[in-house]
Amino acid sequence: MKLIKTIKKLHKPDKVKVDQTSVLERVARFQTRSIKKESKEIGLKLVLSMIDLTTLEGKDTDQKVKQLCYKAMHLHDSYSDLPNTAAICVYPTMVKTAKTALSGSNIKVASVATAFPSGQSLLQIKLLDTKIALDAGADEVDMVISRGKFLEGNYNFVFDEIAEIKAACGKKARLKVIFETGELVTLDNVRLASDLAIAAGADFIKTSTGKISPAATPQVTLTMLDAIKDHYLKTGIMIGMKPAGGISNAKTALQYLVMVKETLGIKWLDNNWFRFGASSLANDVLRQLEKQRTGYYQSADYFSID
Amino acid sequence: MERLEVQKTYKLYINGAFPRTESGRYLKIEDSDGAFLANVCHGSRKDLRNAVEAARKAFFGWSQKTSFNRGQILYRMAEMLEDRKQTFMECLLKTGMSNQDSQNQVSDSIDLLVYYAGWADKYQQVFSSVNPVSGSYFNFSAYEPSGVVTIFSEGEKILYDMIASFIPAITGGNSVVIIVNQNSAPCALNFAEVIATSDVPSGVVNIISSIPSEIYEHAAGHMDINNIIAQSLSDDDLTQMEKLAANNVKRIIRSEEIEPSPYQILNTLEVKTTWHPIENISSGGSGY
Repeated sequence: MKLIKTIKKLHKPDKVKVDQTSVLERVARFQTRSIKKESKEIGLKLVLSMIDLTTLEGKDTDQKVKQLCYKAMHLHDSYSDLPNTAAICVYPTMVKTAKTALSGSNIKVASVATAFPSGQSLLQIKLLDTKIALDAGADEVDMVISRGKFLEGNYNFVFDEIAEIKAACGKKARLKVIFETGELVTLDNVRLASDLAIAAGADFIKTSTGKISPAATPQVTLTMLDAIKDHYLKTGIMIGMKPAGGISNAKTALQYLVMVKETLGIKWLDNNWFRFGASSLANDVLRQLEKQRTGYYQSADYFSID
Repeated sequence: MERLEVQKTYKLYINGAFPRTESGRYLKIEDSDGAFLANVCHGSRKDLRNAVEAARKAFFGWSQKTSFNRGQILYRMAEMLEDRKQTFMECLLKTGMSNQDSQNQVSDSIDLLVYYAGWADKYQQVFSSVNPVSGSYFNFSAYEPSGVVTIFSEGEKILYDMIASFIPAITGGNSVVIIVNQNSAPCALNFAEVIATSDVPSGVVNIISSIPSEIYEHAAGHMDINNIIAQSLSDDDLTQMEKLAANNVKRIIRSEEIEPSPYQILNTLEVKTTWHPIENISSGGSGY
């Protein structure tokens, strides 16, 4: 009953339409903010603490994952006050390795699931995929929605799928729902998917898999943040946000923080509610911190590759 | 009705594009009679940083090209310059140079490009070596580009000296960031158009107009620059820069007069020596 109501509500055009021009304008404003030295330093450290350090390659090995875990715990040992990254994000088969490597730290293990990245599979396989990740100890599950069904207009299907995976996660793990916004084409669709996922029980909504371009853009992120804000104002329930893919430099990351702060407020400037899905962002942030500390522009030669 | 001439805005050349300086500053330049000639960008250290980022990205692809291909591209630059002789002559005339001198300088510049185009696929075999070692190993020393080279071009012969300062570096597979002073700016940035139409990949050559002495220290301290070539450095400046350069052991080369020579190419290269085991060297009857 609740489902039907939700869908009906979503189908009211005035509920779904996103004012694209205003989104573009606002995003452009965020990108012109000047951030001064002291705030920049605090911002950069905050960014580090929000990173889901990610490796989702066909060529991933146990060693690669272990290496990445080490990196998450030791971003730059010459700093005494540097945070860890928030989590490591890997395939279900790597969860156990990551969990062992990270034992004793406060870093979470996030696992993609549900036939990532395409999501083209049967529900029972997706559920099994999720179960494998959970049994191995994943603290967070990043699922993908069925974009094909979504674009066909089969919203019930998408809703049910999210709800099923949410039920499988139960209290064990927080659920992030990936829309792959690059395939959803319009901001209206992004907004609709956001409302849908939130209604179906998502703890986090996430832009992209990082496997197709465009991945996270400020425009889709702002649209999703607006959905979170409306939901919060209506219900008082906080939903997390995770832009992923394509955010590889510190400057862009800081602009995202500005956007979050000005859309959702300071409560969301915390790695319980905001994450970056990224693999190379951490190094760029470290380069910028080192630039702040030494006064000289840095070279990638002096930072670890993975 | 009299037609209003369209004046060219001289902007920077970074990553294959012609952006304005991020600083918004400009420098006024005058011709030899003191009449207003143009405003050019007063590039900043952030422009330098952006250019170095572009050069670093471009380095990999450029250094991986075959030397033969790099030679072809240099030759193409000569062709493009030949085509635009008039533009550069006018540019030089405005600095107060005589007709004959301008003409000579442009012709010499074209010849210089052809000279290095020829060397592109030859320096390696001339300078590399197979070294004698006591053991059954081949021991090779070969030259490799060092990375990003920053060049402060402040020579007397505006066009020729700039080309002479950076062409050897890109011949060897480095990518470059060239800082020119305001008087060389129009000529240098016209030359950027030659580069942009010669199949030189974006970011391999970047040109910034500025007050070079303002940029010295930032370049010397920059950890992602591997070499600096400067044409007019005082002893004090050199000392100061070398101190900063020690952080990433970058080379600083002070070269006032640059004679065309293949040794110029070696300035920005590094030698890599490798050992290869020889399997049963003499049984086939040949040393190799």
